[in-house]
Amino acid sequence: MTLAFDIFTAFAVAAGALFFLAGTIGLLRFPDPLTRLHALTKVDNLGLGFIVVGLLPRADGVLGALKLVSIWLIVQLSGAIVTQLLAITVRQHGPRG
Amino acid sequence: MSASSVFDICLAVLLLGIGAWTIIVDNAFAAVIGFVVYGLSLAIAWVRLSAVDVALTEAAIGGGMTGMLMLGAVARLRLARVDGAGTRWSVRLVAAPLCALIAASLATPLLFPPPVIPSLAPTVTQNLVPTGLGNPVAGVLFVFRSLDTLLEKVVLLLALLGIWSLAPDGAWGGQPGLRVYAQPNSTLTFLAQLLPPIGIVVAIYMCWVGAKDPGGAFQGGTVLAAMWLLVIIAGLENVPSIGQPWLRALLVFGPLLFLVIGLAGLVLANAFLAYPPGYAKPMIVAVEVALTLSIGVVLGLLAAGPPELARRQ
Amino acid sequence: MDSFLFSAASFVLTTIALGLIVIIQRPADVDHMMAAQLLGTGGAAILVLLAVASKSSAIVDVALLLALFAAFAAVAFVRGAIKSTTKTPTVANGR
Repeated sequence: MTLAFDIFTAFAVAAGALFFLAGTIGLLRFPDPLTRLHALTKVDNLGLGFIVVGLLPRADGVLGALKLVSIWLIVQLSGAIVTQLLAITVRQHGPRG
Repeated sequence: MSASSVFDICLAVLLLGIGAWTIIVDNAFAAVIGFVVYGLSLAIAWVRLSAVDVALTEAAIGGGMTGMLMLGAVARLRLARVDGAGTRWSVRLVAAPLCALIAASLATPLLFPPPVIPSLAPTVTQNLVPTGLGNPVAGVLFVFRSLDTLLEKVVLLLALLGIWSLAPDGAWGGQPGLRVYAQPNSTLTFLAQLLPPIGIVVAIYMCWVGAKDPGGAFQGGTVLAAMWLLVIIAGLENVPSIGQPWLRALLVFGPLLFLVIGLAGLVLANAFLAYPPGYAKPMIVAVEVALTLSIGVVLGLLAAGPPELARRQ
Repeated sequence: MDSFLFSAASFVLTTIALGLIVIIQRPADVDHMMAAQLLGTGGAAILVLLAVASKSSAIVDVALLLALFAAFAAVAFVRGAIKSTTKTPTVANGR
């Protein structure tokens, strides 16, 4: 059973790390601040989500698992809000502002 | 080379790079962003140095509060139309060797340690047991060096008085001029309604867990301050006038309770700031709760700045 | 497993560092403001990995605070740039 959990953790964490890489590549290659925001918040968030899910079997009891999930939820919430606010900034100042 | 060493090296390179960029960039706003990013990355470094309490404080103060303070300063500079031409090269030429000297004097005892490294850790661990605390940092802060902690909180109040003293005469006792994002029903309102309850729970958790695990009053208080500032920035609450009695009562509540317990120690345990045996932990927890509230209010007001509007009658 | 988690943390750290380099090279303020969000997400991931690798659950608290304060910092940055801010707090509405 532990081996199955370990394999699950390894795959999920690897997937999360790959999504972080994809997010950075998106930051690099996308042409516009508005498109880069997608790469930044959505893709990186998904990476964090995969890592959190992968580490849940190794969490410190129910409280530890709840803490991990709440970290992910807080980052998602802040990502969603900050994206909207940054988009308003881009609309006001222009993409080169 | 183990995986943890590779991580440490990558982190050190990242920190040096962010620090260098913060110094080199000539836009004040970008430099503040660099400083905040530096503070957040430094929290990870503290974790690697096994100083989790310091990491918590670094993420809170270095990442959040100091950034807020400096953004306020940058905004005031912009309003005053002071186009800073950056630091002069002569200043940089003097500052650089001084900084290198500090870095070298910190690095030397780490790279060339004496044969027996002096440490108080065993003494602390031994004397921690009768207090009932589980966190040695809390032990040092509230039992062994409690006078320093009391004076630190007073220093915070003095800093706040210093900022208030920048107010124009007519505005004394009035409202700080914290700039507000005054657009109703926006996404920021949503965040300011959803995040503060979570933040308050985290602050209570931080204060409570500090007796046994890394945490404590200072980190909890900073979270409270950040949530309060968020609510003000979103326009859901007004900045209170600094002359209000409840505000001033909250400000002094923490240090005052600490002082009262210290004086009670004179009567109950024969020394200032000593605790009667068996009552150390409840008294410390009570002080920590009071300090969390006071620190939250102090830090929030520090970031709000000096009063600029006369008090509404 | 621990060295795998450390390696994953180093990998995420490198991608964050690359992302920061990309952000820094762009001249616009808007791009710089994304740095707080980037570090919030990436830093939380790194710290959570470190917590499990070091078997210390207190580090998860650091990740929690990092996420909270990166969000706060990002909001503070954006608010500083949006033109519709007014100076007097008495104009605040939204009650």
